[in-house]
Amino acid sequence: MALRIWASSTANALRLSSATRPHFSPLSRCFSSVLEGLKYANSHEWVKHEGSVATIGITDHAQDHLGEVVFVELPEIGGSVTKATGFGAVESVKATSDVNSPISGEVVEVNSKLSATPGLINSSPYEDGWMIKVKPSNPSELDCLMGAKDYTKFCEEEDAAH
Amino acid sequence: MRGGLWQLGQSITRRLGQSDKKTIARRCYASEADLKKTVLYDFHIANGGKMVPFAGWSMPIQYKDSIMESTVNCRENGSLFDVSHMCGLSLRGKDCVPFLEKLVVADVAGLAPGTGSLTVFTNEKGGAIDDSVITKVTDDHIYLVVNAGCRDKDLAHIEEHMKAFKAKGGDVSWHIYDERSLLALQVTILEKSQGKVRLTGLGARDSLRLEAGLCLYGNDMEQHTTPVEAGLTWAIGKRRRAEGGFLGAEVILKQIADGPSIRRVGLFSAGPPARSHSEIQNENGENIGEVTSGGFSPCLKKNIGMGYVKSGLHKPGTKVNIVIRGKAYEGSVTKMPFVPTKYYKPT
Repeated sequence: MALRIWASSTANALRLSSATRPHFSPLSRCFSSVLEGLKYANSHEWVKHEGSVATIGITDHAQDHLGEVVFVELPEIGGSVTKATGFGAVESVKATSDVNSPISGEVVEVNSKLSATPGLINSSPYEDGWMIKVKPSNPSELDCLMGAKDYTKFCEEEDAAH
Repeated sequence: MRGGLWQLGQSITRRLGQSDKKTIARRCYASEADLKKTVLYDFHIANGGKMVPFAGWSMPIQYKDSIMESTVNCRENGSLFDVSHMCGLSLRGKDCVPFLEKLVVADVAGLAPGTGSLTVFTNEKGGAIDDSVITKVTDDHIYLVVNAGCRDKDLAHIEEHMKAFKAKGGDVSWHIYDERSLLALQVTILEKSQGKVRLTGLGARDSLRLEAGLCLYGNDMEQHTTPVEAGLTWAIGKRRRAEGGFLGAEVILKQIADGPSIRRVGLFSAGPPARSHSEIQNENGENIGEVTSGGFSPCLKKNIGMGYVKSGLHKPGTKVNIVIRGKAYEGSVTKMPFVPTKYYKPT
């Protein structure tokens, strides 16, 4: 372990830092925010059902793991989405990820702000960073999704497994 | 090349890890426990390193800062990387230079002591076995570093040729530095950057090398790629072009004379970042090549990539389309490096 000690002393000498994230302490990373009242899919998307329309986006946990989002691919208005099937993609510096729809339905609106400002997904995953609005074709699908408490537990278990 | 959100963090592992297809196949069945750890493993964890499997090793992909911040900070101040998964070795003996020149394209004899160069180990067909950074310590001592994912095949290759060379009376021996660990320090100006040099992981390292226009072996260069196709003709010393004398020299020297049929180029593109295996088309939608690496440049804040296109379509400014998830996005061929490298040159 001599090298480790050497590296530590070099790190001190250079005043090396591993930097700190302005918004996330190491602890809070493990406990990303999960909002009450939303439904969650195990592929880390959320859905908020209000009246005849459901809004869909990706969770804080997902955006935190992805890192800075640099591009968002969204479907056309009028198209249909299917439960547990990809409707778009988010690209971060490091990776491309499919985004699945938690429910089936018709796309009635897409968040056009994301094309110019994809970072809204990082800064405001549950509000300004929403992705699509859907008219659900089978609202009972919402019952199969997780609530806030179950999703929080799901994330903790998934992080622990890695 | 992409997964759902639930496979977060895995995609880059796969993308970066392509340098060794065998390792990947093995990794699918290997548990975390089978991964090798560098001596700095605990140090990485203590500093918030997010560990991922890479070429059979558990390595930090990033620390507490994002890949974007980490990349930009490296260029503004500096980075310290744990590269001890890579294989460092020394060749010693009065014939170590002529020995190495049989295996690589560099003008090793022409290097001044204490200087180094990027080079390529070639096979009989002129293809790249690996890329490597070699340093001429003295005229009878060469230090070189080869890729972690290529270690086994590189060492077997060197050993085989070393046996034959020694059998003919050549004086060369090697030492593989498994008892030491290799670190890489990349800084701008130390005084200015005091306190700002950060530990930096594989994620930023990949962005940095892409911005510098450097090949990732296994992605941008493979067994069948010649250094000429890869745009590394500059690394073939003038004397070596005249004399040959390295494996595959006939193929490579003929390509230099006639021009290769495909060439590695830099690409800018609109839309989502191009990733490896995206198709490159000409403006009429005809296939002209394939992307081998791509991503979002943290420094330029736009998509950059590299890939191979047919010769004639390799000139900077050539308009291309890049197909991503079935859609064609506009792009153009551009010069590399994307970001000035500012390599330190002793005066």
